[in-house]
Amino acid sequence: MYDDLIVLGAGPAGLAAGQYAGRAGVRVRVLEKGPSGGQMSDTFMVENYPGVGPIAGAELAALMEEQAVKFGAVITRAEVSSVRRDEQGFSLRTDSGTEYKCRALIVALGASPTKLGIPGESEFTGKGVSYCAICDAPFYRDREVAVVGGGDSAVEESVYLARFVSAVHIIHRRDRLRAIREIQEKAFREPKIQIHWSHIPVAILGKDGVEAIRIRSVKDGSEKDLPVYGVFFYVGLRPNSLEGLADLVKTDERGFIITDENMGCGIPGLFAAGDVRAKRLRQIATAVGDGALAANMAQQYLESL
Amino acid sequence: MAGTENLYVVGDSDFDQEILQSDIPALVDFWAAWCGPCRTVGPVVEELAEEYAGKVKIAKLNVDENQGTPTKYGVRNIPTLILFKGGQVVDQIVGAVPKSRIKDLLEKA
Repeated sequence: MYDDLIVLGAGPAGLAAGQYAGRAGVRVRVLEKGPSGGQMSDTFMVENYPGVGPIAGAELAALMEEQAVKFGAVITRAEVSSVRRDEQGFSLRTDSGTEYKCRALIVALGASPTKLGIPGESEFTGKGVSYCAICDAPFYRDREVAVVGGGDSAVEESVYLARFVSAVHIIHRRDRLRAIREIQEKAFREPKIQIHWSHIPVAILGKDGVEAIRIRSVKDGSEKDLPVYGVFFYVGLRPNSLEGLADLVKTDERGFIITDENMGCGIPGLFAAGDVRAKRLRQIATAVGDGALAANMAQQYLESL
Repeated sequence: MAGTENLYVVGDSDFDQEILQSDIPALVDFWAAWCGPCRTVGPVVEELAEEYAGKVKIAKLNVDENQGTPTKYGVRNIPTLILFKGGQVVDQIVGAVPKSRIKDLLEKA
């Protein structure tokens, strides 16, 4: 399969890139292993995307996909496992052995929730440890749960969980939340949410599933066990990657791709966009901006050949 | 609700008959419409239903419409894929994983 431009990933960055490239007349294919939308699809409501909303994350994803396809982007469901440079540009191989080739490539692979690596976390994944409140909240109806983290996602998802559960314990290592004020206020208004300030989780306890979380005060080192049926982690993101990508790009110490101000990665024809990129703010709005710019730069690159 | 030819749709009422008493091993995909990662795994499970036809019975169970079975098997997160053989749980996978990992699970059948 040969295309002028391939976009890896159909989250907001990838779909925006597909839309802009397609509308500019570039032959563009977006490769995505799952449904379009990326992390957006796992977000209950998107409240901060300008001009639309509040809107369900899955619905915004569907709208973006529709618009990209309308302007000519081809979205193909494939799980890409490796990337390498070749004489013409780039070559991608899927897990089923199909090869896709292109002259320009936009990496928009996104990011996934970080695991903390505390005892019990892997053991109880699927038995009470979750990284997706919108997926699993109904299983915790009228039970107590813990949410680890204090950023926008942690607090927003706590408010969502509160619709189902009897109590949400937010475990946060600092003495104030990082989430923006509007989200914080929603949490403070929700009587089911209790915040355990200046505490870190040290272990998840249980037999066949989660029964409690052990937390430790960062102030005095004291520990206590909170009886909970589920633990939801929102402690940040790690970039998604694939074999061969590390040879082509520079990354920061956490693995996010370093680009120039025009999304270039230092190799002609290679760009990165969205959450996979090293940057200060990971939002749908910033991802879409990255995607549009990367598509435009890719178009210019293709025209220069 | 019927699935495609080789993809079964099961619920609380026929779980025993279709899965636990199945002559061949069975893989059950616990899913719901509200779950994004389930929509990643769904099409893969459909493909595998064709590939493993006659060897492993592959079925979907909607946890929204059927709450008894997920509770019985301690399912607290979706998607969860559980492999059954002779009425017993062999192994399970939680979350959206690559097709190759689901195949590894099916090889245990």
